[in-house]
Amino acid sequence: MTKVDLGMPRMGFFTDTTVCIGCKACEVACKEWNAVPAKPLNLTGESFDNTSGLTADSWRHVAFIEKTVPAPGDDGAKDVKWLMSSDVCKHCTHAACLDVCPTGSLFRTEFGTVVVQQDICNGCGYCVSACPYGVIDQREDDGRVFKCTMCYDRIGDGGEPACAKACPTDSIQYGELDLLRDKASRRVAELHAQGLTDARLYGQSPDDGVGGTGAFFLLLDEPETYGLPPDPVVTTRDLPGMWRRTAVAAATLLAGVAVSFAGARR
Amino acid sequence: MSPRRELEPEFASYYGRPILKEPTWEARDIAGYLFAGGLAGASSAIAAAAQLTGRPALARVSRIGAVGGLGFSVVALVHDLGRPARFVNMLRVAKPTSPMSVGSWLLAGYGPLAGAALLSDLTGIARPAGYAAGVGAGVLGAGVATYTSALFADTAVPAWHEGRHELPFLFAGSAVCAASGFALIGSPTAQVAPLRTLAVGGAALELSMSARMPRSAGLAGETFGLGRAGALMRSARVATAVGALGAGVLGGRSRAVAAASGLALLAGSALTRFGIFEAGRLSTQDPKYVVVPQRERLAQQDREAATVG
Repeated sequence: MTKVDLGMPRMGFFTDTTVCIGCKACEVACKEWNAVPAKPLNLTGESFDNTSGLTADSWRHVAFIEKTVPAPGDDGAKDVKWLMSSDVCKHCTHAACLDVCPTGSLFRTEFGTVVVQQDICNGCGYCVSACPYGVIDQREDDGRVFKCTMCYDRIGDGGEPACAKACPTDSIQYGELDLLRDKASRRVAELHAQGLTDARLYGQSPDDGVGGTGAFFLLLDEPETYGLPPDPVVTTRDLPGMWRRTAVAAATLLAGVAVSFAGARR
Repeated sequence: MSPRRELEPEFASYYGRPILKEPTWEARDIAGYLFAGGLAGASSAIAAAAQLTGRPALARVSRIGAVGGLGFSVVALVHDLGRPARFVNMLRVAKPTSPMSVGSWLLAGYGPLAGAALLSDLTGIARPAGYAAGVGAGVLGAGVATYTSALFADTAVPAWHEGRHELPFLFAGSAVCAASGFALIGSPTAQVAPLRTLAVGGAALELSMSARMPRSAGLAGETFGLGRAGALMRSARVATAVGALGAGVLGGRSRAVAAASGLALLAGSALTRFGIFEAGRLSTQDPKYVVVPQRERLAQQDREAATVG
């Protein structure tokens, strides 16, 4: 696939979940800055998570996983290990939402991020079904779709996104994607050296099904444990084949009609 | 092989929550549109063929079917938008990567042609132009009837994306069934002979694809047989088979049988579209349809890499 030259560095998020403390400051800062509507509190009983996922009204979501692990020592006792991770729109290199948007409302910014132009969106909902991560979502009382903009207004002014700014442990890092990818690789090597062999990067490789993501993660377990798809693909990758088969089907339809009429008795 | 059922593959998830978002679309609007758009497009193709082979009554009925289907389609599509007042933004850009954009332009070209063909037929004004519009509508109609398969297949919805090989032909067959069914109801017996062949052919295509899709779509293929989706798909097969049989064997003799067969064909087509819609929705609700096939794909890649290395 071709690499688009933006003429300036592509910007991104690196979320290092090993240092996330689950404070949800990112969720709050995002809502504050972007004036995202509040939702009534819903106690899910799923650890400390009452946000449950990314929606039109939650552009950052902190996942809490209580993983049962063997306790230190040889007595077979069990202990709980915390996994916490702040999820966000992946700002894919090959973004399905952007590909399928029929109005041109979704667009690629000069930072390489993917943003909805709210004055264009007509709420057709195609992007919602196209996103392989289940990120972009329709706000029901409004009709349009909403998701993380990587604080397009803030970064356009040389600032950093509200979530990264608010993160007290630097679990969420914002910067030039190339630099973040290098940094992340070094961090994984460091963790492996410390014996944390579960550490792995998610979305960092430009060879994955979406061409790598602008927001990538350092995880301590399988992606699906965090509610992330293990091998997402941009379905537009297969669209040329779909168009070819559609054309053959349309031709079959016309041929069928022609044959039926040509061969019919009068 | 032992007759034991294979165990459900184990997979991890985040509290069993879905990974994908459910389609925001209403079944009535969008499954209804798949049906009505198919009816419209294939009716225009039939009308053009009927016109060219000297079957004016059949041509008129099919033109009415086309405009009726189109009318419903436009209302349903606009109604389903989160911001209906902004429907015209669909024509703001032309994007081949977006089947919905391609479809909007197709409808924008097809609609006036189908409308002009019917208007000229009913009023007798500008007949040659009306014929030409009708032929244009027939050709574009084939696109209108089938592009929706690319629209559904080009999503992350597992059942729809994994069914991408069969969907175009399934939709073509279903559209032909609906349009020949509609024309069978309204046309004089003397002119329906080609419809009977067409109905049988359309039904054969629809039924064979609907039988193949659940197998070729991998794990998500099972959603075509589950719950409401399964009930809709099974009823669709019965209705389509009954309609095709009636039309093919007896449709030439009795007007009543032809009309009843036509109704069954229409019902079969509509049920198929609602069934496919429902299966897609089901496949987004359970994370296993995302995690398990993607895990298998990764494992396959690892095996291949190991063989090469």
